[in-house]
Amino acid sequence: MLWETLVLAVQAILRNAVRSLLTVLGIVIGVAAVIAMVTVGQGSADQVTADVEKLGSNAVLIMPGQDAMRGGSFGVPAAAFTLKDNDAVEEISAVQVAAPINQTRERAVFGNENWRTDITGADNRYFEAAQWELASGRLFEDGELKSGRPVCIIGETVRAELFGESNPVGEKIRIRTMSCEVIGVTQSKGASTFGSDQDDFVIMPLKTFFRRIAGNTDVGIIFASIRDGASIPKAMDDISALMRERRRISLGDEDDFEVMDMEQLTTMLTSITGILTSLLAGVAAISLLVGGIGIMNIMLVSVTERTREIGIRLAVGAQASQVLMQFLVEAIVLSLLGGLLGIVLGLGIGLAGAHYLNVPFQPQLWVVLLAFGFSAAVGVVFGIFPAQRAARMNPIESLRHE
Amino acid sequence: MAEATPLIDLQGIWRTYGQGDATVHALAGIDLRIDRGDFVAIMGPSGSGKSTAMNVIGCLDVPTSGAYFFEGVDVAGLTRDQLALLRRHYLGFVFQGYNLLARTSALRNVELPLIYKGLPRAERVEAAYRALEKVGLANRAHHDPSELSGGQQQRVAIARALAGKPDVMLADEPTGNLDTARSVEIMEVLARLNDEDGLTIIMVTHEEDMAMYARRLIWMVDGKIVRDEPTRQAA
Repeated sequence: MLWETLVLAVQAILRNAVRSLLTVLGIVIGVAAVIAMVTVGQGSADQVTADVEKLGSNAVLIMPGQDAMRGGSFGVPAAAFTLKDNDAVEEISAVQVAAPINQTRERAVFGNENWRTDITGADNRYFEAAQWELASGRLFEDGELKSGRPVCIIGETVRAELFGESNPVGEKIRIRTMSCEVIGVTQSKGASTFGSDQDDFVIMPLKTFFRRIAGNTDVGIIFASIRDGASIPKAMDDISALMRERRRISLGDEDDFEVMDMEQLTTMLTSITGILTSLLAGVAAISLLVGGIGIMNIMLVSVTERTREIGIRLAVGAQASQVLMQFLVEAIVLSLLGGLLGIVLGLGIGLAGAHYLNVPFQPQLWVVLLAFGFSAAVGVVFGIFPAQRAARMNPIESLRHE
Repeated sequence: MAEATPLIDLQGIWRTYGQGDATVHALAGIDLRIDRGDFVAIMGPSGSGKSTAMNVIGCLDVPTSGAYFFEGVDVAGLTRDQLALLRRHYLGFVFQGYNLLARTSALRNVELPLIYKGLPRAERVEAAYRALEKVGLANRAHHDPSELSGGQQQRVAIARALAGKPDVMLADEPTGNLDTARSVEIMEVLARLNDEDGLTIIMVTHEEDMAMYARRLIWMVDGKIVRDEPTRQAA
C-alpha cells in the first residue's frame, strides 16, 4: 500500500512537472544556499588554518586594544606600543625574535602607474618572524634602518601593478611626497583564504615610516616568534605579564592589549565564516518557510482539482486516513524533490565557489542529511493541512464536483 | 437455504437536509427489502429522492432516522471508516458520468478498488483483466479514458465495480449520458451479470425503456415509494 501511495505521488508530481518544479523552488534555494555555504565555509576554514600554519605555528601577535577576539577588533582605544615595548618582549627568554610594525594604506606611484596598498614600517626582524623570503634585491642595511632612509621592499602584486615586466630594483616609487628607492621584492605567497592578496604591500624601515608617513613613533603590532620547543602558552603568559607591568595595569583591571597565537588568530578568522554561516541559516529558514507555504498552496489547489478523484477513491472504499496519506506523501515527496535538487545545486555552487576562492571542496555529509531531513519535515508540516482537507471530503459532494 | 435475512433492509428511513423552514425531506419514511440476486430499477421525477435512496443504500450517506440492515448488520451505527470498509468489500458503484480517473489506463482504473482491498499487484492485474473481459474490453485495457467512447468508458466503470466481487452493484443513471444504442449495450451487460452471475443490481434511471431490463421497478415521488412491482421482464 505504501509503495502504491509513493508511485501515485510521483505520478501526480510528474503530471504537473513545471508546476511542481516552480513550487519547490523555495526549498531548492534554501537548501542550496545552506549546502553551498557550509561546503565553502568548511573549505575556507581549513584553508585559513593552513594559511596560518604557513605563517609559522610559533608566531604570536601582540596588539593594543581589547576584544579583538570578539569581533570588536581594536574597538577600545588604547595606547600604542613603543619600540621599547618591543625590545622588552624580545628580552623574554622564550621569544626568539620580536618585530615591531605599523601599517597604513597609501597610494604608491611609479611613472604613470599608481596603486593603493598597505604601507608597512618594519625592520629586518619582520622578515624573519613572518617568514618572508626575497625574490630579488636585498634586505635593509643597518644604516638605512637607523637613519630612516627612503628605501622599500615591495610585494609581488605591487611590483606587477607598478612595474609590469621591468625590473623594479633601483627604481624610485613615490608615496605621498616621499620618493622611495626599491631595494627588494618578496617571493609571492598568493591569495589567502578570504581572497585577500598577501603580496600587496610596501615595507619600509620603521623609522622612515615614523618620520615620513605616520608622524609619530607608535608601534601598532608586535610580531613575535617563539623559540622552537618553548611552550607557547607559557610565553604568551610571560608577554601578558610583561605588558601589564609596562602599561601599568593594576591588579584586577583587564588587559588593554591582546596577545594572540596562531590558534586564536585562526579562531578569529574562522569566526567570520561562522557569522556568515549563521546568517545564511537565517536566509535558509525563511526560504524553507516560504517554500513550505508554496507547497501548501499548490497542494490545496491540487486537492480542489482532484475533488472528483477523491470522491471516486472514497466510493470504492478508501478510508479517510488513506486519502490523507496519499496527499501527505505527495507533499513530502514534492518537498524532498526540492531538497534533493537543492542538495545537488548547493554542492555544484559549493564546488564552483571552492574553485573560485581557491579553497578545498569539502562537502559535509551532516549538512546534506540535515537538508534532507528538513525538506521532509517541511513536507509534513505544510502538507498536513491540505491532506486533512482532502480526507474530510464528503464522497457524494466530491463525486458531483465539476 | 432460505433467505431468512434480506440483503438490504430499509426500515422507516428518513433523510432530511437543512433546518427550520428550509428543511427538505429527501426521503420521507422508506421501507424497502431487496433480496440477493434481484435487479431493481428505481424511477421517479427529479427531486423524488431516488438518488438519495441510492446514496443511503450505497453507504455514501447516512439516514437521519430509521434503520438500515445490510446483511443483517445495522449500518446506522457505523463510523465513516467502517462505512468505507463496507463499500470496499460489498459494494460496487457505477455513475452517470463514468467517474474514471483521467490519464489513467482502463486497467489501472479497474485495479483501483483492489488496491484498497490490499491485493498484491499480480493478483490485481489478473482480476482487473477478468473484469474487463466480462464487459468485452480486454483489448482496451491499456487505453486511457480519453481514448474510449462514452459507452466503453461506462463499461470500464462497470468492470471497476465488478473487480472487487461486490454483493451489490449500485448504478446511478448509468445510461444517462449515452445514446440509445450504447444504452442498450450497457443494459445488456448489466442484465447478463444479473442473469449469469446472480449479481444483485440496484439502478436509478429516468428512462422507462432501460428500467424494463430490471426484474423489479420502484417508483418514488416526494421521498416516498409509491409503487413497487415486477417488470414485464420478470413476468
